[in-house]
Amino acid sequence: MTPLIINKNILKIDKFIGGIVLKKILKLENISKIYQAKNGEVEALKNVSFDVKQGEIVSIIGPSGCGKSTLLSIITGLEEKSAGKLYIDGEESIGRTDKIGYMLQKDSLLEWRTIYKNVILGLEIKKIKTPENEEYAKELLRKYHLYEFKDKYPSQLSGGMRQRVALIRTLAIKPKILLLDEAFSALDYQTRISVTKDIYTILKNENVTVLMVTHDISESISMSDRVIVLTGRPATVKKIYNIEFDIKDKDPLKVRESPKFSSYFDSIWKELDVNA
Amino acid sequence: MHKEKISEDRKKYLRKILIKKFSVIATQICILILFILLWEILANKEIIDSFITSKPSEILETFINLSSNDLWLHLRVTCMETIIGFSVGILLGSFIAIMLWWSDFLSKVAEPFLVVLNSLPKVALGPIIIVWVGAGTKAIIVMAVAISLVVTVMEILNGFIETDKEKIKMAQTFNCSKLQLLTKIVIPANISTFINSLKINIGLSLVGVITGEFLVSKAGLGYLIVYGGQVFKLDLVMTGVIILALVSTVLYGSVLLLEKLILKSHKFGN
Repeated sequence: MTPLIINKNILKIDKFIGGIVLKKILKLENISKIYQAKNGEVEALKNVSFDVKQGEIVSIIGPSGCGKSTLLSIITGLEEKSAGKLYIDGEESIGRTDKIGYMLQKDSLLEWRTIYKNVILGLEIKKIKTPENEEYAKELLRKYHLYEFKDKYPSQLSGGMRQRVALIRTLAIKPKILLLDEAFSALDYQTRISVTKDIYTILKNENVTVLMVTHDISESISMSDRVIVLTGRPATVKKIYNIEFDIKDKDPLKVRESPKFSSYFDSIWKELDVNA
Repeated sequence: MHKEKISEDRKKYLRKILIKKFSVIATQICILILFILLWEILANKEIIDSFITSKPSEILETFINLSSNDLWLHLRVTCMETIIGFSVGILLGSFIAIMLWWSDFLSKVAEPFLVVLNSLPKVALGPIIIVWVGAGTKAIIVMAVAISLVVTVMEILNGFIETDKEKIKMAQTFNCSKLQLLTKIVIPANISTFINSLKINIGLSLVGVITGEFLVSKAGLGYLIVYGGQVFKLDLVMTGVIILALVSTVLYGSVLLLEKLILKSHKFGN
């Protein structure tokens, strides 16, 4: 082996946990975004750098309007970055990519399609509607108790169920990383808490790597392994918290009762408050 | 639900609804009969001049005679022209709307022209159409298309533009192409827009056809009405108008039927 190859490997490998190599699925290097508008330039993001490792759930939190959603749009390639480098699954990503699943605030299920037809929409659009992929979509529906509703229409399902269908629609395309953009904020409080739990279970079962944007501090602490706090405009990374609970089978409902939860909450709250 | 479980109050309530519905229909029929009777009697007593107003019995007679003469021909001509104009208007209108939706530049360029064309009374185009395509069936169909086209384009384009932005963004997160966006999201989301423009269009096409027939024609209900007016045979004019009313009702009814069929195959759940 030449030293060059070793170097390349070191770049990809982050840390060893019990002998398992955690690969960096997403890596951002000094991402900046400047919007051009009629009355001048608006700097939305400034030198944002962080990474997300295989199987991790990472949340981004920051003052409203700080450019969190812009960041996700840049990662998917829906918007262009002004500067910086973006790596997905070890390769530099320029423009649109097929490696990302993106879940929005609204479930946006198509009311003229059955649940099953909704779930395979991504497969149809990406032209990867193979028998294996369809079977995987069915398996996800079965696993998360939605299979019996597969021939029903979205209007016949509850808000929480619809959100789960939307998640399965995104997972059916087998993305390398899942982006959640305020995915639960359209739900009422009670549904939201239970959906958070359901979705957390699905994400962990399927070992999905997740980057989520939220404005809800509790949600970010209860779901994620790390919380990235952004500053106000132009957004840049202010602080990264490693969230660790000494609880086996971490559960977003249980951790809310832990004393560590409130201490995390307080310190993140303070970080955000300074910018407000 | 079991029949014996219906309470007295519920029975009363249901009966009340039924009576109300029945009395509305009964009143409508009474008004119609009364109107016709009054018309007939006043004309017979020569209180009104039946030369100007005609009278129901004469209209009926004309109607019966017409069916032995050319009524079916006139009816067929008008219906054919309307259906052709309607179909062309819808297809061409949808096509133009799709083009304008597709290209933002094109729709910006077209906007002022559409606004002007929309407010222009299309009847004014009659002489131009006749000079261009000749005085015949073609001119009548072009007239029908001219009247319905711009409305169709604007109606469908508006529907397309107002498609749920969240759904479009969702499809874009799957990297969909513009064509996929059109076929998988925008068109199916606008089925009700299409149906609405069908409803508007069938009426407008009929207006176009009758206008066209007023200007140039040798057959059709519009011709019948104009001819009757020119020779002062008011019973012929009245008969033409009544048949036209029936035709437009039947055509509109067919669109409603089509709507039911489309919605059935394009189920929206419960």
